Amino acid sequence: MAERRGTGRRGPVPAVRARWRGLLLTAALLAVCAAPFQLVPFRVFQLTMVLVYTVALIGLNLLVGHGGQISLGHGAFFAVGAYGTAIMMFHGGWPYPVTLPAAAAVAFAIGLALGVPATRLHGLYLALVTLAIAIFLVPLLKRFESVTGGSMGLTLAKPRPPAWSGLAEDQWLYFLTLAAALLALAVNHSLLRSRVGRALHAVRDNETAAEVMGVRLAFHKRMAFAWSAMFAGAAGCLYTWVIGFVSPDSFTVNLSITLLAGLVIGGLGATWGPLLGGLFVMFVPSLSQDVNKAAPGVIFGLLIIVVMYVAPTGLAGLVRRAAHSFGRTLRKG
Amino acid sequence: MLEVHELTVRFGGITALDGVGFTVARGAMVGLIGPNGAGKTTLFNCLTRRHRADGGEVRYEDRDLLAEPPHAIAGLGIGRTFQNLGLFPRMSVRENVMVGAHHHGRAGFLTAALRLPRVRREEARLREEADAVLARLDLAAVADHPAAGLPFGTLKRVELARALAGRPRLLLLDEPVNGLSHGEVDAFADTLRALREELSLTVVVVEHHMGFVMGTCDRVVCLDFGRRIAEGPPEEVQRDPAVIEAYLGTAA
Ligand SMILES: Nc1ncnc2c1ncn2[C@@H]1O[C@H](COP(=O)(O)OP(=O)(O)OP(=O)(O)O)[C@@H](O)[C@H]1O
Ligand SMILES: [Mg+2]
Repeated sequence: MAERRGTGRRGPVPAVRARWRGLLLTAALLAVCAAPFQLVPFRVFQLTMVLVYTVALIGLNLLVGHGGQISLGHGAFFAVGAYGTAIMMFHGGWPYPVTLPAAAAVAFAIGLALGVPATRLHGLYLALVTLAIAIFLVPLLKRFESVTGGSMGLTLAKPRPPAWSGLAEDQWLYFLTLAAALLALAVNHSLLRSRVGRALHAVRDNETAAEVMGVRLAFHKRMAFAWSAMFAGAAGCLYTWVIGFVSPDSFTVNLSITLLAGLVIGGLGATWGPLLGGLFVMFVPSLSQDVNKAAPGVIFGLLIIVVMYVAPTGLAGLVRRAAHSFGRTLRKG
Repeated sequence: MLEVHELTVRFGGITALDGVGFTVARGAMVGLIGPNGAGKTTLFNCLTRRHRADGGEVRYEDRDLLAEPPHAIAGLGIGRTFQNLGLFPRMSVRENVMVGAHHHGRAGFLTAALRLPRVRREEARLREEADAVLARLDLAAVADHPAAGLPFGTLKRVELARALAGRPRLLLLDEPVNGLSHGEVDAFADTLRALREELSLTVVVVEHHMGFVMGTCDRVVCLDFGRRIAEGPPEEVQRDPAVIEAYLGTAA
């Protein structure tokens, strides 16, 4: 978004544009708040899951889109958050609100520890190491049966809506997730428009120059990895709240790859990329299953290729281009 | 301010720098010349800790420069530009310049994520300083433009602006006027002379453009095949038979 701004001559004057943007955001927020009262519970559940994936993708976008690194194992941090929450609630009997910061903190700590290769390895090598983390996870979860419930997983009671809210369970979960997603969005936004965000962008664009400017490469890469893991862990916690069940087969390598595909299709490094990617992760795999039962992977893969061909900057880039030409038509007319 | 002693750098079989030594006094403007492959950029890379030295010593403000980690160089007051542009193409011109002031900020991941008041104050200050540098170099009009896709001469100035944003005491410029038009070269020379006064800079500049070197530098060091073959006032070095031969030798 930022990279297209400020060509003053072409776009409308900033004040007008800011007002339009404010108006649009307010309308969007109203629609988002009204949605759970208009839709059937199953649709509300689906939208909630879109928000869960959006939080995970905000983290992945921080690492891949803004930090210029790659992770094929982000599903593992999602699983750490999901299982961490399940274990805290199942074995510890912790009240659910505490599990969100706790799961985020655990994922952060593990991300910090596993982030060491991120400081040394580039491109393909980092992709392989993160992939290995994701592959390693499922057998690990099955192995410690007494804690993780083994292949059977753990079943939990979902957070119950407080009486004062007057909400149904699906609506309450929706608003909890919405609040968490908005918080993640705000935190991520503040981070990116600061000195730290600029340093990450600098490392992504030109490591040598960034270091000459005094940016500590290893520190920033590792922290980007840990923060990214933290968002994924928080998303995993929300997942457990919403689904009320965890099992190893929900967190296979497939999840990691779908997350990365969703982000790339949504728009790498784009502000709305994670939301569009969340929609993709939620709906496209099951849609392609409907179209072709035998090989859902084929449809899925074809779709990725088509989208990348039509919109190489992702759906966010496509929307931006469409908005741009729409604005031009308006001004001409 | 800067003392280079017996500096040696090897890449496999190639000796890029072979026992090079010279000193740069505070406030001086030194030209570093020599034919292609003489080792000029390698020398800069050594000073900014991009390459390890295989021998020799570099003292900067009474400090052993070669013992400093690469990211600490900017904080010691050394700024540089790159021979083939080292900008951040997907960031705006203003953001590029603000990265130049990275070591003047304190905001970390947590304080930035929480957007604490002091982070906001610091951000406003960095932005103001960057805008001042941009205005000084006539770049205010392109501040919000991505650093990719601007004319070459403009990008060269953006790099200078980014280096200046770090408020360096020692400025290393690697071929700053390479690829510029006649008019642009003269304008750049004027700007550089003025900035040197205003900011009491010490400058080492690598350049093949002899007119530029003669017009701006008060001392010149000439390298050839990694060795220092001449040093002195510009007119003297220009007349030095060894220098003439080095240039003719490669031209022939
Ligand atoms: N990273 C590297 N690996 C191997 N050899 C290198 C490396 N950097 C430079 N060299 C070699 O060291 C020698 C000096 O190169 P350097 O770039 O310092 O020359 P220069 O004086 O800057 O030349 P130019 O005027 O063309 O920029 C050359 O022979 C070059 O091939
Ligand atoms: Mg060079």
